[in-house]
This record gives sequence, structure tokens and C-alpha cells, in this order.
Amino acid sequence: MVAINTGTRTVIALVENKAGVLSRICGLFRRQGFNISSLAVGKSEQEGLSRMTFVVEGPEEVVRLVAAKLDRLIEVVKVEDISDLEHVYREMVLIKVSADNEKRGEILQLSNIFNVKTVDVGADQMTIETTGESNEIESLLELLEPYGIIEVMRTGRVAVLKSKE
Amino acid sequence: MKKTGAQVLCEGLIHHGVEKIFGIPGGAILPLYGTLSEYPELDHILVRHEQGASHAADGFSRVSGKTGVCFATSGPGATNLITGMATAMMDSSPMIAITGQVSRPGIGKDSFQEIDITGASLPVTKHNYLVMNAHEIPRVLKEAFIIANTGRPGPVLIDIPRDVFIEEFDFDNNFWNEEIKILGYNPPKFTDNSKIDSALKLIEQSERPVILAGHGIIISRAYDERLELAEKAQIPVVTTLLGISSFPENHVLSLSFPGMHGVAWASLALDQADLVIAIGSRFDDRITGDTSRFATKSKKIHIDIDPAEINKNINVDVALIGNAKDILKQMLPKLKKKTHIDWLNHISKLKEDHPSLKLKKSNDLTGQYVVKSLSDETNGKSVIVTGVGQHQMWAAQHYLYCAQNSWISSGGLGTMGFEVPAALGAKVGAPEKNVWSIAGDGGFQMTLCELATIVENNIKVKFALLNNNHLGMITQWQGMFFNQDYQANAYTANPDFVKLANAYGMKALSVDNNEDVRPAIREANNHDGPFLIDFKIKKEENVFPMIPSGQSVNELLEEPVDGSN
Repeated sequence: MVAINTGTRTVIALVENKAGVLSRICGLFRRQGFNISSLAVGKSEQEGLSRMTFVVEGPEEVVRLVAAKLDRLIEVVKVEDISDLEHVYREMVLIKVSADNEKRGEILQLSNIFNVKTVDVGADQMTIETTGESNEIESLLELLEPYGIIEVMRTGRVAVLKSKE
Repeated sequence: MKKTGAQVLCEGLIHHGVEKIFGIPGGAILPLYGTLSEYPELDHILVRHEQGASHAADGFSRVSGKTGVCFATSGPGATNLITGMATAMMDSSPMIAITGQVSRPGIGKDSFQEIDITGASLPVTKHNYLVMNAHEIPRVLKEAFIIANTGRPGPVLIDIPRDVFIEEFDFDNNFWNEEIKILGYNPPKFTDNSKIDSALKLIEQSERPVILAGHGIIISRAYDERLELAEKAQIPVVTTLLGISSFPENHVLSLSFPGMHGVAWASLALDQADLVIAIGSRFDDRITGDTSRFATKSKKIHIDIDPAEINKNINVDVALIGNAKDILKQMLPKLKKKTHIDWLNHISKLKEDHPSLKLKKSNDLTGQYVVKSLSDETNGKSVIVTGVGQHQMWAAQHYLYCAQNSWISSGGLGTMGFEVPAALGAKVGAPEKNVWSIAGDGGFQMTLCELATIVENNIKVKFALLNNNHLGMITQWQGMFFNQDYQANAYTANPDFVKLANAYGMKALSVDNNEDVRPAIREANNHDGPFLIDFKIKKEENVFPMIPSGQSVNELLEEPVDGSN
């Protein structure tokens, strides 16, 4: 298959919360040689079911095929490629950054722009958190770069469809 | 009442109508074998290799419509099932494989004969289970039968640790009669009636329609509905390789099968059609070749139970997702009678101009002649089981399939060695039918150990071994596409297959000329027991027609004139 329309696709799946489910799902992406660029899993509003958000890079047609094959999995209750549907998504990040007494104030000022919260402060480093769309997080990381980023931990995307008007 | 996991498992199998099990014991599954004597309803057939158990279960399923069951132990026993499960998966054949696992405390410790078979079998099963508590066995078994047999059928593996077989728990037999629901499993039920109207409209507007009938016709037993569709609207029927025997080939509307080695007129009819109605077929690459040049002049209707098949290989105009029989039943009352005289005349002309199945006059014994003779001698009514390769294609081409569901072949995975154990399983599944395995000397030698199983259980299968001392299809491809650079294609030290069969206690004959073919087939048919005929056929005979891999009908190669290939 010719790889056209390669881009980032967002797929959400409602799955049974059981051992081995993730392995079944990831196997289908692996078979197509897709990298899962982000994956977030957590309990859903329904007992015993988890909701997953995947971000994968691949041609639209092939992602659609993988989504259809995901739906064949017994433990997958529902799956949807929401890339072309109106949806909102957020990602959360924890950033550990160099921050002596001098720099700390400057870094805290960023909170005005980026909705940053301080979660931990040490003698010469601090950890901040923020949520937002991926590009907002990228911008924050760019701004922090000069201060010296020590560690970045991102959750990957979580997404929901927008409410109907 | 307290029962062991193994007892409940056996009772569950019996509840689900299982009578035959193919398997081999080993340490981890011994507690289950230790329980079998309490359940004489379960007839266990001891095979010689676990791959044989899985193919036998598959052959049994395909011929009988019941669920084939196989047992194997942990580790190598389980991994030996993988080829058989993959074969069943690709061809949508229901199967339950039960494997022993090392005891729970040993899991993950690289214990003797431990393998993560649920991990290893993920891509080759429709679903699988590792059962960590005996009380889960009844529910798992019930789910497994539902999953294996409904929707698009397939193999389900249940891996049970040794100590779970012997674990006791309170079990109420009434459970077997309870309905269960599997949350994430909802095989599609067709509901969208507007699609029926769209499909009917395309059929009404069509002047050159073709039905492409796949394995889904056989799986859903939609023979009569599809026949009515064909006859009422006068639509010729091309079958896929696995759709063979879904439509009587002596019917005037039958066009046999298309594709890589299909008959020329079937490939040409698909190419020239203005409407292709694919039913239970997945537009396999052996049929389409280059998808961008496949049947470009036609609109397409696709009836399939698996939503993942829609627009997978070929984009279609109308997709009807659901059970083929149900959908056709809803379509037929609204279908208007039609005739397509010009189109059918045109196809008759294609048949005359491209006589793909005409046998060459030859003093040499050929595979084509053997198959044609077998077809005549059995009136096209035997169950034919094949492996993969030239013998398979000749068997598909030159046997005139007149009985429903009489073609058992490894289509999707293309498993050499399927032909021996699958024939065994098919005969066990349909003891009243005459079962012939058409085999090549390559595949036959991959699983011939099952001759012992056949003789031991007096399973009356007949073998037509098309023996050319070569991997015939390899020889053909190397000759056609690799500048005749023949590598690893010849078997220069084949055994004397007659002596070999005799050594197993099976009657056998050798035939090396045309005159002896039919008498030998008659002798085999009349013999009340398994029988093998070693047909010493001409070497370096190619299968034609041929559409080379990835090409289109424009590149279709036919038999060179005068057979001077």
C-alpha cells in the first residue's frame, strides 16, 4: 500500500480492564510497523472498563484498517478514529528544571502564561506541571530550555469528542 | 458439587457436542488425560505430531460444521499447534485448542516445557485464554465456543496450568444452560435495509454482473440463497479458491475460479464485468493481483460479516455487513427477474477462446490427467483435501466439484502438509463421505507420520500422491521468474511411497502410465480401508493459466500451444 496522508491519528478505545489487553492491541499496531507515539490508559466511567487514547503515525487508510481490526478483539468494546471528528485533547507534563534562587522567580512567572503549577522545589532544581495541547507543552519546553531541563515526563494525549451543539 | 477443573472441562466439551478430540499428551496436560476415562463420550484420537492434531481438527470442522478440538501439552506441544491455528485463522475455521501449561507457581520461571503460548499465539488465534483458576473454566469454555463459531469463525486457544486441572471447586451443572454475554463481542447483525435497496438497484442496472462467491457462502451455508440469486437474475458465478464447492460446477452459470491459477474465462469475466457481487470473499491478492487494475470497469457490492474486510483491499460501492445467508434472504424477495443473454453468450465465447481446462494429449502421466480421472471416477462428489502447490491448483482446476462443501484446502496461509492430517480429520468428520487427499510429494512428507494415526484408527482416507520428485511450484517459479536457476527444488531421494505406505500397514499402488490411472482409482475406491496411489507424474510440468504475482489479467499466461513448454 502506498503510504499517503501519513500524519498523526488519534484513536480512542473502550476496553475491558484485564491482563493482556494492552498486549493484544499493541500487537496489531506492531504488525503494521506503526510506532505508538503516545498512549494513555485509565479507568472509564463504566465498571471494569478502561478507556485508551492512542496517537499513532501512519497513513489514514492503514490506521482505519487497524482500528477495524482492533474492534475485532474480543476485549475491545468500542474503538474510534476521532482524528477527523471534532474533539478536544489534553496532555499533562511534569518538568524538572534547574532553578537556583535567582532563576526560580523567572520560571514561576511563566505560570501566568502556561497555567503552570509548582509541584516540588529543591535547592537548585524544581518540578512544575502543566496540562494543555501538545503545541503548548512544546512551547513551554522551548522557553525552559535555556534554564536547563533535567527531566521531562509526559502522559500522552487524552481525548474526548466535543459535545454536540 | 465439588469437581476438578479437568472434569468440568470434559463435561463442558460434551455439553457443546464434542465427540472427537485430536491430540497428544505430555506432562502438563496429563491430569486432563487422567480424567478422559470417566467420559467415554469423548473419543480421543492419538495423532503423531501436534501440528497433525490442529490440522485434523480443522479438517474435521470444515467438513462437518462442528467445532474441531485438539489437545496438546505445554511448551513444544503448544508451539507445534501454531501452524494449524494460523491455517484455521486465515481460512476462518472454528477450532478449540486446549493446551496444558506448567503449574501456576512455575509460570514465568522458565520451567521445563514452559512457553508463553497465549503470547505466542496472539496473531494466530481469534482469541485466547490463560485460565488461572479452575472456577473460570466453565465460563471460558462457553465463551470460547461462542467466539470460535460465530461471526467470522476462527481458532480459540485455552491454556490451562497443570494444577488448575486438578483444582477442585463447587460447580452447578445448570451453568451450561445459562445464556452468557461477552461484553466486547458483538458479531454484526445486518440491519441497514437501505443498503439492500442500493445493492438491488446496482443489480437492476447491471448488464454484465458476476457473483464472486467466497468461503463465507460455505461457512454461512448460504448455498440455496446464492443459487437463487444467480438463477433469478441470471448472474454467472465465479468462486474464490475457498469458495470452490459452494456452487455446483456442472451448473450452466458456474465459471469456476479466477486469479493467479484460475481459469482464464473467470478472470476475464471479472475483468469485463460492470458489477461484481462479492459474497463472503476478502479480495485476496491471489484473486486481485494488482489491485489498481482489478475489475476496474465494475461497481462492487461486498457482503461480508467482518467489517475489517470492507475496503481493505478493494474499495466497494455498497457494503452489506452481516451473515451472508441472512442478507441474501432479505434481498431475494425484492430481487427482480433478469436475463443477461448477451453477457452469457460473451462468456461462452470466452470459454471457447480460452480453453483453460483442456487436457493436452500426452503419453506422459500428468497431474491434470490424474485429477480429471479422479473427478470422472467419483462423479465430482468426493471430498477433496489438498495441501499447497501445483497439485492443489490442478485439483482446484480439473476436479468438477458437484457436491456442497467438498473442497478442503489451505487457502490463506498456504500450508504444505495440511493434506495428510486435514484429510484424516475430514474423514472422521464425515465418515459417510468418500474422502480423497490429493497430495504432492513435498507437502506429503511434511506430515506423513499421520499415516500411522490413519491406519491405527482405520480412517478410510484415499491418497492420490502426485509425485514428481520435485517441489513443483518452486520449480515452476524458478523456471519462469528466476532464469531457470533451479535451487533446492528437487527431491532426489524420495522413498518408495508404496513400500512406505505398506510399512505403515496401508495398501498402496504405484502408477506411472495413463492406462493404469482409472483402474487404480477404482481399486482404491472399492477398498474398505485407507489406500495410497503413488502417481509418478511428469516432472517440470507447469500450472496454467497463470497471472504472475502482482500483475493483472492483461498479463495472463495460457498453456503454450502444443504443450511445448
